[in-house]
Amino acid sequence: MIQYTIQRVALALGIVFVAISALYGVMIALPGDPTSVLLGPRATPDMRALFREQMGLDDPLAVQILNFWGRVLSGDLGTDFFRNRPVAVAVMSALPHTVALVFGAIFWSATLGILLGAFSADRRNSLLDRVTGVISVAFIAAPSFVVALYSLLLFSVTLRWFPSIGAGEPGDLLSRIQHLVLPSLAIGLAWVGYVARIVRASMLEAMGESYIRTARAFGLPRRRVVYNYALRVAILPAVQVLGVGIGGMLSSAVFAEIVFSRPGIGTLIYTSVSDRNYPVVMGAMLVAIGFFVTCALIADLINAALDPRHRKTQ
Amino acid sequence: MSRFRHTLIGRLARDPLAVMAIVIIAALVVMAVFADLIAPYDYTAMHMTDRFAAPSAEFWLGTDNLGRDTFSRLLQGGRIALTVGLTAVIISGLIGLVLGMIAGFGPRWLDNALLFFFDTLRAYPTIILALALAALMPRGLTTVIVVVVITSFAEYGRVVRTQTLSLKHSEFILAERAMGASFGRIVFHHILPNVLGPFFILAAMNLPVVITIEAGMSFLGVGVPPGTPSWGSTLKDGFDHIRQTPWLILAGGLPLILVTLGFTFLGEALRDQLDPKLRSGR
Repeated sequence: MIQYTIQRVALALGIVFVAISALYGVMIALPGDPTSVLLGPRATPDMRALFREQMGLDDPLAVQILNFWGRVLSGDLGTDFFRNRPVAVAVMSALPHTVALVFGAIFWSATLGILLGAFSADRRNSLLDRVTGVISVAFIAAPSFVVALYSLLLFSVTLRWFPSIGAGEPGDLLSRIQHLVLPSLAIGLAWVGYVARIVRASMLEAMGESYIRTARAFGLPRRRVVYNYALRVAILPAVQVLGVGIGGMLSSAVFAEIVFSRPGIGTLIYTSVSDRNYPVVMGAMLVAIGFFVTCALIADLINAALDPRHRKTQ
Repeated sequence: MSRFRHTLIGRLARDPLAVMAIVIIAALVVMAVFADLIAPYDYTAMHMTDRFAAPSAEFWLGTDNLGRDTFSRLLQGGRIALTVGLTAVIISGLIGLVLGMIAGFGPRWLDNALLFFFDTLRAYPTIILALALAALMPRGLTTVIVVVVITSFAEYGRVVRTQTLSLKHSEFILAERAMGASFGRIVFHHILPNVLGPFFILAAMNLPVVITIEAGMSFLGVGVPPGTPSWGSTLKDGFDHIRQTPWLILAGGLPLILVTLGFTFLGEALRDQLDPKLRSGR
């Protein structure tokens, strides 16, 4: 397990390093004056000169990339020249909102998905099972930003059940949660479908295993066997899917944040891209990719810890 | 081959969800192809006295903020969606197919290097990468297609690689080799046809994803140029004027939901028919 953990962590670090270096390289190597590419057309000559010096733009590309990483490792993500603040500050003030959103989505998909999946597996091949199956696929297919727009239209604009703008009052937990309900549901709905299907499939597989039969033969109530024993095994694959799904959720979060006018990494990247504020784009991308890879890694390690067979498959 | 197809279609016809999916897809394709003939109005024509009109006999799905007929614009948007979707799926599918087979057949180090490459590409959250790249590239359909290809061919590559690896060591390939079959014969006569099944399922399921990415990019303003009636642009207009009319959002989201439902149900049905083993997987 230790060896496996080391391997996986090394691979994850390698992926983040290469993914970010490539992106940084593309931005630097693009035709045109890198200062105008990286700082945007609105930059003043002073800003350009400062930037050129700070970034060491006359060094070879490889050196520049290594220098970039040197700064990142010492906690310096660069400077947001437009608002004159460190990029790290901008990113770190946006990150908690996005993390809350993604975990809200995971909450929806785990609770609703496991309930739906366990329910279908318990009544396999009944009409209800078929209906839930179709609903699951419909959830998976519905594009998250259309779900976000429809729920905004229905629950915020028409019914006025939930607020439509912002992330809520700082310090007021209830208001924060109220503001989180719709956007996190919009992101999580597709994953409700995925989780439901996977939980159903793995529960059905588990229910064919001999230890379940033994438990039934010993006279344990059916309900207890299904919901305690089989469900426990079925949660593992769901954890893995959600871990990998975080990348997709981050993409959906961009839409949810924009549709519901919430602060967050998505909004930050979106506004920075429109402003051509590249240092912020780079910093936010680094955090987004790092977050995604870390979550996928954790899901993978949890799986490996709980199910040793998993360590060999890859 | 023709008998195989006949039975496949026969089996699909007995699956009500597959039939529904095929009907939806066929209707959308027909509407996109014959958009000019079906559209009641020119999709750029502005009816300034009928801005934000609700659906009526005159404007079937209402009008937008400039008084343009939403139905005509959505028909035109179907063209954009299909063009981007098919082009991007074909290009990324081919790249993935070639790289996946190279990884499956190549030496260990090359396989590992390609796997690492695939995993690195998959680490980019699609829309976030699209935003970053779109800022560096000119706005337009080409950019949309490039972004989609970059973010999606790794998926094909991984599936093709796994399939190739498992086939490479199967007994019928060993037998072929023992009989002295050439490398080309093994690849094109044996591996390729067997890889194509899962490949087409993936492509069918990937197409709506691609169409959604195009709509998403256009919604965010980094997709099609301004004024182009992509489904995403229609939704963006609806979002900007959500207090004036609900119809733009309702109508603009509909084709996207239909197209994703259609292709997802078709992909599901194809998977059930072509590869029952995959069912318990993802």
